[in-house]
Amino acid sequence: MNAEFDGRRGRWIGAPVRRREDPRLVTGRGRFLDDIHLPGLLHAGFVRATVAHGRLREIDLTAVREVEGVVAAYSADDLELGDIVALLERPPEEFTPTTMPILARDKVRFVGEPVAIVVAKDPYAVEDGIEAARVHYDVLDAVVTEEAALAPDAPLVHEEAASNVLLDVTSFDTPGVDEAFEDSDCVIELVTTSARQNALPLETRGAIASWDDRDEQLLVQTCTQVPHQVRTVVARSMRVPEQSVRVTVPDMGGGFGQKCVVGREEVAVAAAAKRLGRPVKWIEDRRDALTAGFLAREQRYRTRAAFTAEGRLIALDADIVCDMGAYSCYPFTVGIEPLMAAAEMPSVYRIPAYRVRARAITSTKAPTAPYRGVSRPQYVMVMERIMDLAGRRLGLDPVEIRRRNLITEFPYHGVNNVTYDPGSYLESLELGEKILRDEGWYELREQAAAEGRHIGIGYSCFSERTGYGSEAFAKRKMSVVPGFDLSEIRMDLTGSVVVTSGTMNHGQSHETTFAQLVAERLGIDIAKVKLRQGDTERIPYGWGTFASRSVTIGGSAVATAATRLGEQLCVIAAHLLGTRVENVELDGDGGVIRLDDPAQRMTFEELADVAYLRSHLLPKETPPTLTATAAFDVPGDGTFSNATHAVVVEADPGTGGVRILRYACVEDCGVVINPQVVDGQARGGIAQGIAGALFEEVGYAENGEPSAASFIDYLVPTAAEIPDISVDHLETPCAFTESGAKGAGEGGTIGAPAAVLNAVNDLLWHTGVQLESTPIHPESVLTALTGADRTEKAGTPV
Amino acid sequence: MSGKHLIVLNVNGEEHELLVEPRWTLLDVLRHQVELTGTHVGCEHGVCGACTILLDEEPARACLMFAVQAEGYAIRTVESLGTPAEPSDLQQEFSARHGLQCGFCTPGFLMLAEGFLAQQPAPSREEIREAVSANLCRCTGYQTIVDAIEATARRRADRPDPEPEAVR
Ligand code: FES
Ligand code: FES
Repeated sequence: MNAEFDGRRGRWIGAPVRRREDPRLVTGRGRFLDDIHLPGLLHAGFVRATVAHGRLREIDLTAVREVEGVVAAYSADDLELGDIVALLERPPEEFTPTTMPILARDKVRFVGEPVAIVVAKDPYAVEDGIEAARVHYDVLDAVVTEEAALAPDAPLVHEEAASNVLLDVTSFDTPGVDEAFEDSDCVIELVTTSARQNALPLETRGAIASWDDRDEQLLVQTCTQVPHQVRTVVARSMRVPEQSVRVTVPDMGGGFGQKCVVGREEVAVAAAAKRLGRPVKWIEDRRDALTAGFLAREQRYRTRAAFTAEGRLIALDADIVCDMGAYSCYPFTVGIEPLMAAAEMPSVYRIPAYRVRARAITSTKAPTAPYRGVSRPQYVMVMERIMDLAGRRLGLDPVEIRRRNLITEFPYHGVNNVTYDPGSYLESLELGEKILRDEGWYELREQAAAEGRHIGIGYSCFSERTGYGSEAFAKRKMSVVPGFDLSEIRMDLTGSVVVTSGTMNHGQSHETTFAQLVAERLGIDIAKVKLRQGDTERIPYGWGTFASRSVTIGGSAVATAATRLGEQLCVIAAHLLGTRVENVELDGDGGVIRLDDPAQRMTFEELADVAYLRSHLLPKETPPTLTATAAFDVPGDGTFSNATHAVVVEADPGTGGVRILRYACVEDCGVVINPQVVDGQARGGIAQGIAGALFEEVGYAENGEPSAASFIDYLVPTAAEIPDISVDHLETPCAFTESGAKGAGEGGTIGAPAAVLNAVNDLLWHTGVQLESTPIHPESVLTALTGADRTEKAGTPV
Repeated sequence: MSGKHLIVLNVNGEEHELLVEPRWTLLDVLRHQVELTGTHVGCEHGVCGACTILLDEEPARACLMFAVQAEGYAIRTVESLGTPAEPSDLQQEFSARHGLQCGFCTPGFLMLAEGFLAQQPAPSREEIREAVSANLCRCTGYQTIVDAIEATARRRADRPDPEPEAVR
């Protein structure tokens, strides 16, 4: 943090500034991808595999090309594009590289895999064309379950790999694990699973590509969280220099991680547009989005945890299997979920001994990508279940057992070789509990039990590493290492600035919060700040938006650039005011003053006027520009936001349906730049976490058919299922981001499944049944409540 | 597919003569022929509500109807509500209460709310919540959308309502 600005902090930072994105978005004037129309525009769609696993015998597109309105149809052989390759730099016994062709070649590996692209005059003709395609397969056995994938004679999804295990690492095996289990007073053994989920941005994926003869450049407009990475993949696959490809991003209707990887369809559309010399638009329909869009979260944890009689967790031993589907996503690879889980699983607890094996398996299901929270909703669920179960066993209530294990001294260096920066782990738990106690939920739970109602209370505590810097990402050993961001700021003659960021807003209010950061630094009104994102020609370079990195990293780059611009203004002002630069400072109101004579002041407009229009007044060594750039990278292991979620649920004894009666979130993401925005991120994230806990699931039949192809089968919660959520803020400022902010995008999603699952298990406790899988099906709750199947109880016997 | 029909659609009080195929949905025709792109496409099967418009002041899914069926109705889209310089009261409340993040679902929710408030000017919070459950939002968790509609109802009834925290 820059001490120079401390006196004036608070004018913009911390204020619930109204969103600058809203005027266009509430009036239907936003410009989303499908709103863009270009002269001569053609439309594209994909012939997609109808079998989960099969050798491609023949792709016959003759009839497609005869359909009225169809302009072209291409298979992999026609386009000759390079494959998408996402690598980890790990030895062969740990990692097996595989590739993802742009269109399927030789073989299809999931239902919905693109086999050919059809281009036509309108979207209806595209559909006619797709229907006319004849694709013949030699059907192979689908690989749907973990057991099927790991069977010794399993069909290989990628024949170049010796098995369906693409990543197998024992990330940690510290001394003392076995001894701790031998010495322990209580061992919790737990198997948990979570279903495959779709991040489900309301706006589906899409791309519009057009060739510009004047620029000799392919313009790819696409809804992506990572424009520069899309450019890299398109250029590589088409084997052209990066300067021949420009990627821009219009308004974007959500992403949640699904759009932070590069889709093969974007590349195919670019190639088709280049060949046809005409603009081509592809907008994914919902069916394709559900079945063939990137998915996430299908994981199984087999965990053992050792406790002392006093309730101290002394060792953790975990075996994690993540089903990553058919392909490795660029740039994160199949390691995204297992490596995250293995590195971060100890969560907010002090654990002296830790062993973890993590595997990524491949299957004949749609490929996966990061989804808000990445693995953290799952391992937090495991850790929080362990705490509750151990507490029950040892006679400690859920808050007390957590209190005995939470990290309370910072910086804390964990058994996972990660240093945690200061947070409010215990404080957030205590406040969460106080809220429920003060409001009388504990009494209500007792009364309700007497009346035959089923009410349960659940907690989850967690921290989340946000804004991974490149040092943190380097530990993953990805061959491309994200982490830094660049920003450029320019002041014009009116004293207004344009600032760039390599991050990419898709609902997080960057236009507002980044403007607040710049306004605070320069001491100008936010109306004078304009943010530019999502254009590879205008933005120096950027890593986009994921991992809650926008404000921590992008925002720090923006703030640093603003600071440098402020320094330039001071240099010019000092010269014009006839004093040393140490003797001037920004006055917080759009000007620079002399410290020894504050009446001597120059406004930014006056300074810009000299810089641009009368530069002869400046000394030779002072450049007549008001442009500054800055790079920022989070050092070391990065920064950790934290939270406690406290939840009260009721189960319907007739249907087994679970209703949330109270949801309290106590979160700490460091300095809050805009409370409304942070609350919004928390609530939206929690809604997605509740969705994972209670509703959403992409299942697959034995033959690899996905079960959810429309919103009839994929249950997205509505306002009837998501309750009002209170959000309380604690502020532990981050020492190494420019604003003290830590990142707030994912926390809600991380904490919700664990809290909801614990609450449901609390109300089920008296039945002897505990549920350890998400989503929690009403049938399971009902079965437990009605005592059916008592002999085949799931869960851990206590 | 040939055999186009000449139809006249009344959209936001303006008549549009349009040559359409019978299979084109009202949604596609509004977006691409009438060139009002505020109405969004989220699913094309009637669940998400991103395409919600008003047909004779009743909320309706533009994806579930063919353009040729919409002749004779007064159609209203989000573009009829207000402009960036002069947003309607409902639009102002959505902004003031942070009722949107990515904004993709917003036009659908606005039209749903507009139709709902016309029929039920003094709804309870539970009634608003139930009405709003017709549409999907993936970003907000809905609470602030309910807040915005509640605040608009109060404002229209001229009932006192605590302003959202100071905003600039
Ligand atoms: S697009 Fe019409 S309801 Fe989803
Ligand atoms: S604001 Fe993004 S879907 Fe509602």
